[in-house]
Amino acid sequence: METIFRPYSESDSLRSDRSAGDRQRHRRKVLEAIRHNIADLIAEEAIIGKSADRIVKVPIRSIREYRFVYGENAPGVAMGDGDTREGQVVGRAGQGEEGPGLAGDQPGVDYYETDVTLDELIELMFEDLELPDLERKMLRQVPSERASRRRGYRPVGVQVHLDKRRTAISRIKRRVAAGHHHRIGKRFPFHKDDLRYRHRVPDEKPSSNAVVICIMDTSGSMDTMKKYLARSFFFLLHRFVSSRYQHVELVFIAHHARAREVTEEEFFHKGESGGTMISSGYRKALEVIESRYHPAHWNIYAFHCSDGDNFASDNAEALKAARELCEVCNLFGYGEIKPYTLHYESSMLEHFSRLEAENFHAVLIKRKEDVWPSFKALLARERRPAAGA
Amino acid sequence: MAGAVSIDELRRWDERIRALAERFGLDCYPQEFELCDHFQMLSYMAYSGAPAHYPHWSYGKAYEKLKTLYDHGVSGLPYEMVINANPSIAYLMRDNSLALHILTIAHVYGHNDFFKNNFTFRHTRPELAVAMFKLHAERVRDYIEDPSIGQDAVEEVLDAAHALALQCRRNLAVQRRAGEAERPAPRDPWAAIHPPRQAAPAPPPRRIPAEPEEDLLLFLRDHNPYLAEWQRDLLTIVHEETRYFLPQMETKIMNEGWASFWHREILNALELPPDLHMEFLVRHNQVVRPIPGQINPYHLGLRIWDDIRRRHDEPTPEEIERYGPPDRSGMEKIFEVREVDRDVSFLRRFLTPELMRELDLFEHRRRGKERVVTRTAHGEGWREVKEELLRNVGLGTVPVIRVVDADWEGRRTLLLEHEHDGRDLHLEYAEKTLAHVHRLWGREVVLRTEVNGRPTLLVWGEDGFETREEKRPRR
Repeated sequence: METIFRPYSESDSLRSDRSAGDRQRHRRKVLEAIRHNIADLIAEEAIIGKSADRIVKVPIRSIREYRFVYGENAPGVAMGDGDTREGQVVGRAGQGEEGPGLAGDQPGVDYYETDVTLDELIELMFEDLELPDLERKMLRQVPSERASRRRGYRPVGVQVHLDKRRTAISRIKRRVAAGHHHRIGKRFPFHKDDLRYRHRVPDEKPSSNAVVICIMDTSGSMDTMKKYLARSFFFLLHRFVSSRYQHVELVFIAHHARAREVTEEEFFHKGESGGTMISSGYRKALEVIESRYHPAHWNIYAFHCSDGDNFASDNAEALKAARELCEVCNLFGYGEIKPYTLHYESSMLEHFSRLEAENFHAVLIKRKEDVWPSFKALLARERRPAAGA
Repeated sequence: MAGAVSIDELRRWDERIRALAERFGLDCYPQEFELCDHFQMLSYMAYSGAPAHYPHWSYGKAYEKLKTLYDHGVSGLPYEMVINANPSIAYLMRDNSLALHILTIAHVYGHNDFFKNNFTFRHTRPELAVAMFKLHAERVRDYIEDPSIGQDAVEEVLDAAHALALQCRRNLAVQRRAGEAERPAPRDPWAAIHPPRQAAPAPPPRRIPAEPEEDLLLFLRDHNPYLAEWQRDLLTIVHEETRYFLPQMETKIMNEGWASFWHREILNALELPPDLHMEFLVRHNQVVRPIPGQINPYHLGLRIWDDIRRRHDEPTPEEIERYGPPDRSGMEKIFEVREVDRDVSFLRRFLTPELMRELDLFEHRRRGKERVVTRTAHGEGWREVKEELLRNVGLGTVPVIRVVDADWEGRRTLLLEHEHDGRDLHLEYAEKTLAHVHRLWGREVVLRTEVNGRPTLLVWGEDGFETREEKRPRR
């Protein structure tokens, strides 16, 4: 019998990360699984309106390794601490927990959960859409102040920008000019005129700005459920647009028979009563665009959520306003939210079917589960070159 | 103590340990120790110790899981990892203290001896183990790199094969080699003087398989003519590796108990200086302590080995009355047992009711949302507790499922039958696993089982999965 010892070798260890490929493959499967479950996740109320770095627990079922195992009626045997009695409760039954028993050999219940930040999740969702980068389109570009860059030196500035070397050089120059150069050792103090500061100017790079105009029907018929569905939609739209543009502004317009610009808080939480004039919301949006968001400088995304219950007399006017919106917006969407099918309710979908703009899209949302598919459908429209661009 | 122990020091200790192991009668393969850091150890664990292994995402998953548990301090790393090979290969954590290294080396020799001598490992061809893993890895990589196959296709077959790998023959004495072919007829030296016997043409089989078949992977490989050669090969690879690992599943309690028994004997005989000995005692107790609510195979195994030896060396009067006077010494007995038993027979033969009571073994079942003790070894029910334990070790944890008919109802439907023993299948798992069978069979697959006491058919067909209550009376 002989024994061989192989010493530890650090370079072997560094080289021997042989699980790297398999780990990567596994990670990819995890991401696929998340993507697969995204419709469910979006339907979960919890993620809407939460901050971006919130961590979402994503249960993943599709990367379990299945095989034939016994179910929950299978008894087990375990060791006690000395005086176990019949009828005593020794643990929880249930999924995710490998109950008492022989750990290791049993396949166990593989319940996998992974933490993803909301941001990552959203990114995955948009990857899932396989959208072409909007940036490839001709964008309306406006200069945005982001960083600054150096631009020479100047005699005034703030202390942090003081350039000591330049300052010393200018002092020497002054000394030479003053004829003091032979008398080294004699004190020759700095003067205010010697000071040199680095000059920084804002770096103007063309980039793209966008505005999301959320228009919502806040008439009496919009109840909590409808508002929730609308909100999910606006949430996605805002996230989507934010992922594409550096700077995104939000405008909230609430309307019933009259429209007004409101804060986000008011937009989602205040209910109002009264009849509905959809055109009023659109007119207000056009007004806002005209006064603050010139289409030459802004990418404009407008979306309107309503239950479609409009004054019949307003329909023609609404259609006209919608046409005008299509002309100035990159994308104009209309989401009709009808959680309950009631036949006597009127619908705007029919009227809007006459609107033939390329960048208009109307969707019908009945349940939470519809939000994501509808959103996908909406952005499918965005993929085509917008008519107004 | 990071990296404090030098190779020379280990070598000096190893010589003493090995000499003791030999003196005690352990019969080992040559041993190789490799010092590694914790990253390497995690990797070896993820790949069951194999120095080379074919790629599959599940090993990446295993690594991530182990690493997460380790990073969060939920579980530490094993002190060692030994693989059944000749020469035996073991990995030592380089950061371990001297006392831990000494314990580990002694423990490794216990496993080494067990691998070499226990009958369940006879067929594993340990001298080829490392080469086998490497060859398998090369073949799988070739398929992955083959542009006409590719990673996704390989993965699909491997996923399915992994799901079914444990559905194999239970009787370790009956081994069917992968790729078993008809053996040529024995040579007849007198062929010249009598005409060769005209073999009667075999009658067409009335049913395939003739007998219910437990080896699902091999059955699918041999009876689905539409599988490509590389697909068959992947099934063969997974089957071979499972066959190699099965004996370790089947002898976990014996093997861990045996190694723990020997590291204790050897370290006691080494007469360590007090500080090393103290640390050894602490570590030893950590490894072999009972874990209430679970079964620690190190603990259970060691207790039984100790009990066997004691009953042969110093039987109590009652034991002599019940079992007769011992016919051999404790040492002789345990060496015999380590050769001829596996966990099921080991527990059946040597786990006495007295020991069960001492260990406070109990049976538990699900009741509502809790698991509740249904029987204890203290009462009359110790027999049932023991039977239940026997069903929960080794392959007892894997439901018995056999291929009954490859042409069920004349539809080329594959009929499987679950031998129901009171334990229902986990239905979600059954559904997903049947999908894998369906993928490999290419046609409808039916699993006959019992759910909540009712005969049920789980069907995976063209329209996906469904369950049907079985109307026909069972044969």
